[in-house]
Amino acid sequence: MVTTDSPARTDRRPAATAPRVVKDSRGTTVFRAVNAAALVLIAAVTLYPFVNLVAQAFSSEGYINAGQVNLWPKGFNTTTFQVVMADPMFWRNYQNTVVYTVVATAIAMVLTTTFAYAISKHHLKGRSVFIGIAVFTMFFNGGLVPNYVLINELGLKNTLWAIVLPNAISVFNLLVMKSFFENFSTELEEAAEIDGLGTYGKLARIVLPLSKAVIATMVLFYAVSFWNSWFSAFLYMDRAELYPVTVYLRNLLAAATSLDAMGGGSGESTQIASNVKAVTMLLTVLPIICLYPFIQKYFVSGVMLGAVKQ
Amino acid sequence: MTVHDPLPVGQPAAGSPVAGSGPAAAAAIGLAAGGPGGPPRGPLDRAARRRAAGKVTWRQALRRDWQLYTLLVLPVVFFAVFRYLPMAGNVIAFRRFRPGGSIFGEEWVGLHYVQMFIADPAFWQVFRNTLALGALSLLIIFPLPVVLALMLNELRSRRFKRVIQTISYLPHFMSVVIVAGLVFQLTAVRGSVNQAITALGGEAVPFMQLAEWFRTIYIGSEIWQTVGWGTILYLAALTTIDPQLYEAARIDGANRWRQTWHVTLPGIRPTMVVLLILNIGTFMAVGFEKILLLYNPLLYPTADVISTYLYRVGILSSNFSYATAIGLFEALIGLTLILSANAISRRAVGTSLW
Repeated sequence: MVTTDSPARTDRRPAATAPRVVKDSRGTTVFRAVNAAALVLIAAVTLYPFVNLVAQAFSSEGYINAGQVNLWPKGFNTTTFQVVMADPMFWRNYQNTVVYTVVATAIAMVLTTTFAYAISKHHLKGRSVFIGIAVFTMFFNGGLVPNYVLINELGLKNTLWAIVLPNAISVFNLLVMKSFFENFSTELEEAAEIDGLGTYGKLARIVLPLSKAVIATMVLFYAVSFWNSWFSAFLYMDRAELYPVTVYLRNLLAAATSLDAMGGGSGESTQIASNVKAVTMLLTVLPIICLYPFIQKYFVSGVMLGAVKQ
Repeated sequence: MTVHDPLPVGQPAAGSPVAGSGPAAAAAIGLAAGGPGGPPRGPLDRAARRRAAGKVTWRQALRRDWQLYTLLVLPVVFFAVFRYLPMAGNVIAFRRFRPGGSIFGEEWVGLHYVQMFIADPAFWQVFRNTLALGALSLLIIFPLPVVLALMLNELRSRRFKRVIQTISYLPHFMSVVIVAGLVFQLTAVRGSVNQAITALGGEAVPFMQLAEWFRTIYIGSEIWQTVGWGTILYLAALTTIDPQLYEAARIDGANRWRQTWHVTLPGIRPTMVVLLILNIGTFMAVGFEKILLLYNPLLYPTADVISTYLYRVGILSSNFSYATAIGLFEALIGLTLILSANAISRRAVGTSLW
C-alpha cells in the first residue's frame, strides 16, 4: 500500500549532500520559504470559513449585521445555542439523522461486504459479469425522474427506506473492499476449508475478524456520507418531523435567501438571524469536526487501498 | 459533498449522496498511483485461474460455489431494482407518463419530448450554462491539485506536510448544505468578503443577487472543497517515482525546474490522464446539489444548469416525460464524452480506464 508520506521521499533528492547545497543554497532557500509561506496561506484560507462560523455562532446578531465579526466573536453569548437547542424540531431532526445514519450504514455494510467478498473470488464463474453490472452504474444511471417515479411506485415515500435502499451500495466502496479481500491470504482460507468451514463460516469466522481495518474504513465512508446527505430526504420526505438535520438546515438557509433574493428583505421579524444559522451549522458539523482528526487517516488509507492495482 | 460514490455521468442520481469526482473514482477503478504496479505474479496467476475456471460448467460452478452465489443475491437485486430499473424507466422519455400509471408510461409518443426541448429556449440557456460551468471546472480546477501536490512534495518537514494535508482535506468531509451555508455567510452583504472590500475602500457587493458573480462563487467554493482531497492520488504517485531518475537528471545538469519538468511530471502522467478522463466524464454533471442550494431566480441567467432545470420541470412541475428526455440527453452526452476521452487517451498516451 502506498502512503502519502512514505520514507522513500526523504532520500529522493540526495542533493542534500554537502557540496551541492552550498552552490544552489540561496535560490533553494528562497524557493522553500516562498513555497512554505504559500502553503500556510492556503491552509489559512481553507480554515477561515470555519473560524468565521465559530465566531458568528458566539456573537450577538447586532455585531454580525454591522459587519464586525471575522475571526473572533463580538458580543459573546451562548443564548443562541439555547434558542436553537430549545427547538424541538431541531432535536427531532438531529435524532433522525442519527437513526438514518446507523440503519443505512448497517444495511450498506452487509450488502457491500457480501458482494465484495463474492466478486473477490477469481474462480467464481460469471465474476466479470457481476463486476461489470456494478461498474457500469458508475458511468450511467437512470436519472432523477425515473428514480423519483420508482421510489413513488414502491411506496417508499416518507419512510426511512427511501433514504436507505437506493444508496445501499456505493460502487467505490465496493471496489475498495473487493481489492482488500483479493489480497487476503488464500492459505488461511484454504486451511479453514480443510478444517471443514464452508463459505459462510470462512467469511464470518476467518475473513471478517481479520478485516477490521477495512470494515472500519467502510463504516466511516458510509456513515459520513449518510450523515451529510440531504437530497434523498428533501425529495422523498414531505413531513418536517421526518427530516434529517441537513434538510432542517437547508430550509433555514432557503428561507433566509429567498428573502434576500427578493431584494431588501431586512424585515427584522421574518429574517432568520445570522447567528441562528451559524449555530445550526456548527451543531450539524460538530460530530464530523470532532471526529475528523481521528478518522482522516482511515479515509486516506482507504482511498489508497482502492488505488492499488490487483 | 459526501465521501463515497464518484459523481455519476450525466444526470444526478435521485438522492444518491453524490460526491466529488476525481481521486475516489480513479482509485476505485484501480488505475491510479501511476507507474507499472501490481503484484509480480498477477497476470500469470490470473491466466491460470481463467483457464481453470473455463473448464467449469455452470452446473458445476453452481454446485461448488452455491454459497458464494447466495451472497450475491441481495446485492444483485439492489442493482436490478435501484440502478437498472430506473435506466429502463428512461423509456418514459418516449412515452406519455401519467402519475399513478405504469412507471414505464402509457403510450408511445416517439420523439415528441425531444423535439419539445430542442425548441425550448430555456433549455438552450441551461445547456450553455452547463457547458460554461463544466469548462471552467475542467480548466481551472483540474490542474490545481497537481500544483498543490508538487508544492507539498517540496516540503522537507514531514510534520508540517501532514498538518497542511490534514487541513486541506477537511472541506471534503463537509455536507454540501454546510458548504452552501458557508458561502452564504462569507458572501453576505456584511460578510467577510464585503468587509474586506469596504475596508479597501470599495462598495459592498450583493453577490448572491448578481448573476455575473455566480460562476466565480461556484468555482471558488469548488476549489475550496475539492482541491486538497484531489492531491491524494498525485502524492501517492509521486512517491513511486524512482529517486535514481532525479540523480541521473542532476548529473545531466538539470536544475530543480528541469527535474520537475522531465522527471516528476512524466512520473505522474498516468494518474493525470485517468483523472482527466473521469473529469471529462462528469463534464455535464456540474454540481447539481450545490447549485440547487445556492441559486435563486435572480441567478438563473448563469446558475441554472440542465440538472437543476430538469429538477424544476420534472419534480416541481411534474412534467415527468419531458424532464426524463432532457435527463437522458444529458446522460448520453456524458457517456459519449467519457467513452471518447478514454479512446483518445488510449491511442494518444496509452493510458485508459479500461
